[in-house]
Amino acid sequence: MILVNWLNKIASPQRFYLFCGKWTPWLSLLFFILLSLGLYGGLVTAPADYQQGDAFRIIYVHVPAAWMSLFIYIVMATNAVVAIIWRIKVAEVSIICCAHIGAYFTFLALVTGSLWGKPMWGTWWTWDARLTSELVLLFLYLGIIALYNAYEDKRSASRAIAILTLVGVINIPIIHYSVVWWNTLHQGATVSKFDKPSIDTRMLIPLLEMGVAFSVYFFISLFQRARNEILQREFNSQWVKELVKEKSNA
Amino acid sequence: MPELSFFILLQREFTIASRCTQQFLLPVFFFCLVVLLFPLGLSPSPELIQTIAPGIIWVATLLAVLFSLDNLFLEDFEDGFIELLIFSPCSLPVLLAGKVSGLWLIIIAPLLAISALLSVFLGLPVESLSTLMISLLLGTPILMFVGAIAAALTTGTQQNSMLSTLLILPLYIPVLIFASSAVQNAATGLSASPQLYMLSALLVLTLTLAPVAISSALKIGLSQ
Amino acid sequence: MTLCVENLNCWRGKQALFEKLSFTLEPKKLLLVEGSNGCGKTTLLKIIAGLRQPNGGGVRWKQKQLNEVFDDYKTQLKWLGHNNALNRNLSVRENLSVVLKLSSSRDADIETAIQKFGLSSQQHTLVKQLSAGMKRRLAIARLIIGRSSVWILDEPQTSLDKAGIKLFESMTTDFLDQGGMVVMASHQPLSIQNEYIQRLSLSR
Repeated sequence: MILVNWLNKIASPQRFYLFCGKWTPWLSLLFFILLSLGLYGGLVTAPADYQQGDAFRIIYVHVPAAWMSLFIYIVMATNAVVAIIWRIKVAEVSIICCAHIGAYFTFLALVTGSLWGKPMWGTWWTWDARLTSELVLLFLYLGIIALYNAYEDKRSASRAIAILTLVGVINIPIIHYSVVWWNTLHQGATVSKFDKPSIDTRMLIPLLEMGVAFSVYFFISLFQRARNEILQREFNSQWVKELVKEKSNA
Repeated sequence: MPELSFFILLQREFTIASRCTQQFLLPVFFFCLVVLLFPLGLSPSPELIQTIAPGIIWVATLLAVLFSLDNLFLEDFEDGFIELLIFSPCSLPVLLAGKVSGLWLIIIAPLLAISALLSVFLGLPVESLSTLMISLLLGTPILMFVGAIAAALTTGTQQNSMLSTLLILPLYIPVLIFASSAVQNAATGLSASPQLYMLSALLVLTLTLAPVAISSALKIGLSQ
Repeated sequence: MTLCVENLNCWRGKQALFEKLSFTLEPKKLLLVEGSNGCGKTTLLKIIAGLRQPNGGGVRWKQKQLNEVFDDYKTQLKWLGHNNALNRNLSVRENLSVVLKLSSSRDADIETAIQKFGLSSQQHTLVKQLSAGMKRRLAIARLIIGRSSVWILDEPQTSLDKAGIKLFESMTTDFLDQGGMVVMASHQPLSIQNEYIQRLSLSR
């Protein structure tokens, strides 16, 4: 109930537009602080890995990107539920914005993973469970974007991708476990670099900082995209007209 | 009589199919040809073909299902039949579930018979044949219903087949993995039941949720 | 039992089709929606039928918002779109019997519809072998299968011959006499008594 009230409160596109505008500078500041902390910690202070040497430092991009690829899908699915049940415009707008950002992060995770894999495993790609399900996730994102673009009417498009997102959200754990299972059935488990029992705190803290920095970046990017999209969709409403007049006078 | 509404479109599909048999036999031909491509494309060595036989059968089935799902709702959508369904007092998901089930019976059921024959030709051991058939029986309805969601989502747009293929294929991965590993287990003498249970669970999930998704997708397509 | 449209706004892309459109339709009235091509007649009909959400305003049926009472509304409604909703591989009779199964009323029959529209001799013909005019007749025949109180018709007279149009008009008059409401988009002259007709012209 609290959630619904809160949603209704910031649900109007105008409020959300202003809200995003107000928070973006602060979030950007936070992002740069966290990013510099994380990068300094990760690239300078953290000791080199005893097996991998300095090559492991790509972890500070790769792992947060992989986290984000899933986190964004969760955010997107939450928006899809809200869009389908309450038909809240802001949620409808957010789905497609999330899909674009999510696709970029997934792509980043795959590329950095591949770059990391070459020196470590000696191959750019292996049919490992994580890699495969990440690749499928990328295709899901791309499918969502393609479906959105196929519709003329953007509100219908948003509702269509909301359905697809939810079908996908049921499938993601299934895909993930099926791939894990398929993998373990066919070949010995690939050594997973993430399952080390413990990681040096000097390595871990920058990683977490980078994780938070990436999520802050996600929200900044989401806000900017959502603002843009809201302006386009609400072009005909009074407040947008006033805003345009105000900006063109200034 | 709402309890019969499932059968309205199912029966209609059968009548339509009886009028244009060729259209409904094409997926079967397609299936046979795809299976034929594998020995030609890889190598005709019996050992290799035998090991990958379940994979071949499953990939070919999957492609045949994709092929038959193409434009699943397009005709009904363009001639305005979907509107009639929406205004009917019968439940839309139930009606549509009837339609998809009808298509499964018409297109996929013959395909299952052919696939039994073809898998013998591919040298699949007889012990794993029954597992293959069970996995097909459990898996193909999932493929049909999940594919129907994507087909319904793309119906309202002007660009059809390639887009729905892009949407469908990632969602087919679990079925493909569970089913072909079930058959491979059976071939090596292991128990295939975990995968088959998993497929049954997926089937139940799909049969309950997919019709609702299909009907809302079609409504969205109509609303523009 | 009224159909009430309030402050309806609708855009196609960035173009307003209509804004602040309001009217009320009472029983025994036919709303004739007129306007040039592309002015949004079909879109308006879709909104009134509840198939499409307007960009602003709403439609009320029996004083309630359409999406709240849609389950009741749809049983009262007969829709005839641009296209005939006939499957080309089914016969005349089979097409109508699907409609009968899908309709709410159990007491309805398709015999009267077939006879009234002069389709008896062709009842076992496949729809793909019918002429465009006969297909339209068949689609219109669907309106009198089962009970209804609102008809929403998009260009019903398309490809009908004179006899067909006459038949359609007399059928519509009967329906209005029994207290029905009709919303209809049309370009063609309509010879139904003026007391029934309420006009709405959409213009950009």
